[in-house]
Amino acid sequence: MDNIDEIKKKRKEWEEKCLKPWIAKAPEREEKFETLSGIEVKGVYDPADIEHIDFLRDIGYPGEFPFTRGVYPTMYRGRIWTMRQFSGFGTAEDTNRRWKMLLQEGETGLSTAFDFPTLMGRDSDDPLSDGEVGKVGVAVDTLKDFEILFDGIPLDKVSTSFTINPPAAIILAMYVTIGDMQGVPRDQLRGTIQNDMLKEFHAQNTLVLPPEPSVKIIVDIFEWGVENVPKFNLISISGYHIREAGSTAVQELAFTIADGMAYVEAALERGIDIDKLAPQLSFFFNAHNDFFEEIAKFRAARRMWAKIMRDEYGAKNPRSWWMKFHVQTAGCTLTAQQPLNNIVRVTIQALAAVLGGCQSLHTNSFDEAWALPSEEAVRVALRTQQIIAYESGIPNVIDPLAGSYYVEWLTDKMEKLAWKYIEEIRKMGEGSMLRGVLKGIETGYFVKEITNSAARYQKEIEEGKRIVVGVNKFTIEEELKIPILKVDPEVQRKQIERLRRVKAERDNDAVKEALEWLRNAAENDENVMPPILEAVRNYATIGEIMGVLKEVYGTYTKPIII
Amino acid sequence: MKDYNEEEVEELVKGILGGNRRALARAITYVENDYPEGKEILRRIHKNTGKAHIVGLTGFPGVGKSTIVSKLTQEFRKRGKTVGIVAVDPGSPFTGGALLGDRLRMDGFDVSRNLWIDPGVFFRSMSSRGRAGGLAAKTGDVVRLMDAYGFDIVFVETVGAGQSEVDIVEVADTSIVILMPEIGDDIQMNKAGILEIGDIYVVNKADLEGADKTVEWLKSMLKMGEELAKATELTHAAGGKMASGKVFSYETETGWKPPIIKTIADRGKGIKELADAIEKHYKYLKETCLLKERREMRVKRELFELVAEEIKKIIKARMDYGDIVQRVLNNEIDLHTAAEEIVKRLVGA
Amino acid sequence: MAEKKIRVLVAKVGLDGHDRGAKVVARFLRDAGFEVIYTGLHRTPEEVARAAVDEDVDVVGISLLSGAHMTLVPKVIKYIREFGGNPDEMLILVGGIIPTDEIPELKRMGVDEVFIPGTPIQKIVDYIKENVPKKKKKVRE
Repeated sequence: MDNIDEIKKKRKEWEEKCLKPWIAKAPEREEKFETLSGIEVKGVYDPADIEHIDFLRDIGYPGEFPFTRGVYPTMYRGRIWTMRQFSGFGTAEDTNRRWKMLLQEGETGLSTAFDFPTLMGRDSDDPLSDGEVGKVGVAVDTLKDFEILFDGIPLDKVSTSFTINPPAAIILAMYVTIGDMQGVPRDQLRGTIQNDMLKEFHAQNTLVLPPEPSVKIIVDIFEWGVENVPKFNLISISGYHIREAGSTAVQELAFTIADGMAYVEAALERGIDIDKLAPQLSFFFNAHNDFFEEIAKFRAARRMWAKIMRDEYGAKNPRSWWMKFHVQTAGCTLTAQQPLNNIVRVTIQALAAVLGGCQSLHTNSFDEAWALPSEEAVRVALRTQQIIAYESGIPNVIDPLAGSYYVEWLTDKMEKLAWKYIEEIRKMGEGSMLRGVLKGIETGYFVKEITNSAARYQKEIEEGKRIVVGVNKFTIEEELKIPILKVDPEVQRKQIERLRRVKAERDNDAVKEALEWLRNAAENDENVMPPILEAVRNYATIGEIMGVLKEVYGTYTKPIII
Repeated sequence: MKDYNEEEVEELVKGILGGNRRALARAITYVENDYPEGKEILRRIHKNTGKAHIVGLTGFPGVGKSTIVSKLTQEFRKRGKTVGIVAVDPGSPFTGGALLGDRLRMDGFDVSRNLWIDPGVFFRSMSSRGRAGGLAAKTGDVVRLMDAYGFDIVFVETVGAGQSEVDIVEVADTSIVILMPEIGDDIQMNKAGILEIGDIYVVNKADLEGADKTVEWLKSMLKMGEELAKATELTHAAGGKMASGKVFSYETETGWKPPIIKTIADRGKGIKELADAIEKHYKYLKETCLLKERREMRVKRELFELVAEEIKKIIKARMDYGDIVQRVLNNEIDLHTAAEEIVKRLVGA
Repeated sequence: MAEKKIRVLVAKVGLDGHDRGAKVVARFLRDAGFEVIYTGLHRTPEEVARAAVDEDVDVVGISLLSGAHMTLVPKVIKYIREFGGNPDEMLILVGGIIPTDEIPELKRMGVDEVFIPGTPIQKIVDYIKENVPKKKKKVRE
């Protein structure tokens, strides 16, 4: 047993007799060292630094409360994390092809990137979609596109994640319908819809409907989902985008958990059984540069969520206390200069995600500061995960960093700092996290916090205080030499033609009826999933369905806060 | 000896009076930046001014001015009026830079489309550039250009945080003061003089708690003012005016009782009532000749601002006054005496 | 004659909602002494052009990460002309994810410079300070 007092004494001695004289002759590189979030870190940590941390209470064993070390008892010893590369571009055929290539190269789960028109709930022939069709993801207008997208992909064998927010209900309906068409029972369908509008208002800005109706529809999806697709993740509560918009790791952690709490409260208000819903909640975090901070963040997140679900919301089933999350390596850290360096960055970030115990992982490709990933680049990204999984030995021991004086101290520190934000938000909502988050959206609280962090970060780079290798230090004169993926300009024309044909060949009366049903349901505060399913089944377009919702609920313009 | 480009001035004047937006935009730039062309253009279009209804809006940051202006613009467009808007934002006195105008904030992707590209709407952002003196005159010039162009209504939107912003509102025929519940320091607001100048008061975000309290408080403040004016016989007729140049008590003097209108701007509530009040006030001003009086007051005010600027320029450029300054520094004379001496010297003693 | 401040329109055009770069640049340009007008998100080329002309800006800065630049940027320039503005006396700048081989085509369309990720914002500031007077002079001649 460590004798803490003796250790403290010894440390003082060391600082006086050993450290100080050394620094006098050879000063440290900086005045002080901080994590990316601004948490000051010492040179060394010792048992005295984690004196307040109790192994059994705060760390424990994987698969058991508070799950700091992982949600499953075996973690990667049982199953390697899912390698799920976010991908999509052009038409459904193009994406189907890329997906098949990725599956062949060893990815173990699919993840869909949609183009901006689809993300914003507009059809490919919408005048505002001009120039954007198929550019940053796959263009989807109707069920027809989904049929092509999933051609040759068995829904009972592969799980698919969908990065989709305002039209999430429509995409879920499409996926479920494909499952019906393939004969896969709905209770066997696996996958995720991102379906997290709160973070859109904070950061990602895929905004269509105002905040309250957006939350209402999300709860509709919860309500319908727990009964109909019990194995499907109905939401991916995201911090990734908050981080990409410039927040610190602590803010990412705090705001994501705050959003999670808001959604749980909204579901409880609707009368949904928390133990039914919780297993279908998932999270999505960023893996950024500060290696240990990221690992600590993931561990703190699990511990916080477990406490929140059990102690605050009274979930009874231990499964309800699990925080399962997907991680993507930080897009905003990729540089256009010397792109091969990005492979190294992604590797470090992926390592942090694995050491942090993620359930699934996307690694960015090295050319993504220039374009969507080329085949070669995405292969390297996938190999990065595979090398970590099969060559490094890291997955063979669960949460190996537990007990590290630094990592346990930092995990605890981040948790404490995150709680501060959460309590602030709770106060804004006068006790309710849901009201607090909605209030924060209204007052611009989240946007201000994030924008200030982003400006600070940029200032540090501009002043040379923060080094970005190849960009403000170690630069070279270079010409871009890597192959870049270009989206065929014909895509827009092809997609519009397909859309026209679908509209001509479908039963337009059935579509009209379904949309009328949807309008009534929306106006009368009923669950919108059943009419959306009906509309989707009859090849209504995303634009038509969103159009009805926009008419009923109005649209939203984000206030400008710089 | 002309220091301006005659061709350009002619072109721009023609453009402004002929409804050419770009000419208006360029003319505003020249006027804002004191180009000689600017002054000349103002000379030539002055006879075309006086037709627009100039409405000033002020209030602390966050009360919802931009939203209200946007909604009002939409409403007046529905009523067949054309609208010009000048949004004055604080600039940094240090760097001189500014982040300007939350342009035409509107609900929704599709609705806002109409205002941004509506030919009957013109939005211009202006930085106050950390200059308190001369701001009202400058804003007045920009408004005059829009007036000459032919807009029915010109909104002047300012941030009400200090004395200079209060001056700007005096550029207007109708002044609207916007508040919101929980605004905090009531005394602060009163000090800034904002409460003395409103022809119409708006309590925005009226769905928030405390809205009715704010309305009641406003009512009592206005009533107090009235009673004070009555008690001290501060009426227009008696020639009594407050330092701001505006008469404190409306009802005694003018018969116009400033309405207090509750709005929830981002939901469009109360906007019609506000638009009605604005039109009513304009009608009132015209019928009672108060319009003429106010404009006279304004002209005098701006005139003196400009005259002061001109005199300052002359003194700085053509006069030796360094010795007077030295005498102040040596404690030989005080500042007031020094000022008098400078004026004497200027007037040609 | 007061020193004329350089007016910059920072525009997000199209459906792309990523505004971190645009907002940070707007802030830094303000700190550098420019008057900055930020359009906010999801503006059409027509709206951006209208703002550029009515605000009589010296610089139009378009931020794009969506790959839609080859469609949207020329539209902005076209509308500026249509609304009576002169894109030749404005600096038309594009920032964001633009493949280098598309830069010459953009310049041919009327873009003055393209700034890719990693560009120090000071570089943008200096470029603007140097080139606004140059462009205006060129038009006068």
